[in-house]
Amino acid sequence: MAKSNEAGATRARTDTSKPRIEVRDLTMAFGDFVVMRDLNFIVRRGEIFVVMGGSGCGKSTLLRHMIGLLEPARGEILYEGVSFTRASAEERQRMLRRFGVTYQSGALWSPMTLAENIGLPLGEFTDLSPYEIREIARLKLALVGLKGFEDYYPSQISGGMQKRAALARAMALDPDVLFFDEPSAGLDPISTRLLNELIIELRDSLGATIMVVTHDLASIFMIANNSAFLDGISRRMIAQGDPRELRDHCDIPAVQRFLRPNLEKRAEARTGG
Amino acid sequence: MVSSPITAASAHVSFSRATDATVMVRLVGEWRLHLAGVSDVPFERVLDTAPRPARITFDTSALREWGSGLVAYIEVLIEACDIRSIAVDRAGLPEGVQRLLDLARAVPETEGARREVRRAGILERVGAVSIGYGQSVADSLDFMGEVILAFGRMMRGQARFRRSDLMLAIQQCGADALGIVALISYLVGIILAFMGAIQLRQLGAQIYVADLVGIGVTREMGAMMTAIIMAGRTGAAFAAALGTMKVTEEIDALSTMGISPLEFLVLPRMIALILMMPLLCLYSDLIAIFGGATIGSLMLGISLTVYLNETARSITAGYIIGGLVKATVYGALVALSGCMRGFQCGSSSSAVGEATTAAVATGIVMIVVACGIFAFVYHALGV
Repeated sequence: MAKSNEAGATRARTDTSKPRIEVRDLTMAFGDFVVMRDLNFIVRRGEIFVVMGGSGCGKSTLLRHMIGLLEPARGEILYEGVSFTRASAEERQRMLRRFGVTYQSGALWSPMTLAENIGLPLGEFTDLSPYEIREIARLKLALVGLKGFEDYYPSQISGGMQKRAALARAMALDPDVLFFDEPSAGLDPISTRLLNELIIELRDSLGATIMVVTHDLASIFMIANNSAFLDGISRRMIAQGDPRELRDHCDIPAVQRFLRPNLEKRAEARTGG
Repeated sequence: MVSSPITAASAHVSFSRATDATVMVRLVGEWRLHLAGVSDVPFERVLDTAPRPARITFDTSALREWGSGLVAYIEVLIEACDIRSIAVDRAGLPEGVQRLLDLARAVPETEGARREVRRAGILERVGAVSIGYGQSVADSLDFMGEVILAFGRMMRGQARFRRSDLMLAIQQCGADALGIVALISYLVGIILAFMGAIQLRQLGAQIYVADLVGIGVTREMGAMMTAIIMAGRTGAAFAAALGTMKVTEEIDALSTMGISPLEFLVLPRMIALILMMPLLCLYSDLIAIFGGATIGSLMLGISLTVYLNETARSITAGYIIGGLVKATVYGALVALSGCMRGFQCGSSSSAVGEATTAAVATGIVMIVVACGIFAFVYHALGV
């Protein structure tokens, strides 16, 4: 174990594209119930990494582990080669400030306006003046297409707009890593597409590393350049790679069924059900 | 030949041996939601009769209508056959039934999903509940400790919360509560005076109604009544608000943003209630004394001036201050239990309801326990 760590350290010095996120032997469990075991994957800088799999297989649980809301039963998570799992509380706080998270339900703070939602982290962690905070909040809202909605409360805007506002809040501190939990949940196809375009745009313009949890096929093929496929039955990660390549070349039946649902239907139609 | 005909209902099932190895299941009549044959025909006996059948087939020529009852019944039958490794020939069944059976069997039973339903013995249940109580006391102490640490950070000027949140909380648990506190306190004053008046009048000591109400209210009742009102009103509101924020992941959003939800959400609420409770208590004392005075003048013919003079003579600053100290502590306890139950809330909408109920119950229990402790301490101090 010590030896492999050493090897990792030397590689880190020579390899310029050292992994932004590394998950090592991660086992997630609630008490005795194991959700996923032995997850191992790497996310490189500037990648859009999708975690996919059927409903309830543990995708969101993985995300909650990545951002420290749940503790691993075993294994660890590293950012830039530094262990997040073993970090002290203060170190963790510092690392968390480099993350942006958008939750499945948006999770905007309901008693605050959109501008206040975005301004809160700015006010907490920077020495910007109220005027600067307000202007940055306006800019972030404009970036997600919500110009003019600064003084609306989250309950006064639609679900799609809440998702986008949540994204604006996640971007408030110009994070290095953005996490998305089911960004397309509850959105119509057009809003989903706009949000996906926005995610790609953010990666290209900010150079952020992005991790998305989703089961929406259209989104997966549109945004991902790397992915992990979690299988709820074996409770393991059974495939990894570019989802388009997985679709065309991976021969694991569960992955094929997930990525090419129409194929099965066509086959059924041919054989007459 | 074994056969078990049923004649009672229009829907029925019968079993017959076509050959030694084959059992024919004949389904007759209108099957809707009832599992007609299950209790009447012991199909397990049929399946276990020697010689053991190797397969079963279905005859549905007399089946008129079918619904979920038939599908469920056949599913039970198939499971029984699977255990005995008897082949099931489903060809005789209507096509719709076959499709539904396929659908029901498309996804295999998830391993470990079936929960063993087991009635725990009384000792086991008592034990589990006791352990649960122990755990909940530990959780409460844990939470209390974290709140105290957060207060410590606030004293050093490191805690973060918004001033506007504090102001809003002060308004909600201060000014907005004046109406209900006034109403309840006035009624409590009247009730105390009324009960006392009936007894004291027999001794000709009606003037002491003023002492009774004055001392009772300032020492005990004012703080207690206000605290219970606030537990039901504000403690519940805290739990519901924080519980909902938990459900909508707003609390998670705070902590992943590196902002302590404890400081941001709990401190303003605690401070607001701790500041407002003594004021509300003083207000409640005054109103209750006026309630007593109402009875004094209407029922006992004591003039307002005489009543108030007697009250002023009987109560001391120590009583009032003692009551206010109590109120402050009760306020902290109510806020603590409300916030704690909100934070412990599960992730469904029914959990918010449970959290609210638990907040009020915990709050009132804490108030009463604290009241007992105060009685001892004040007695020892001679207040």
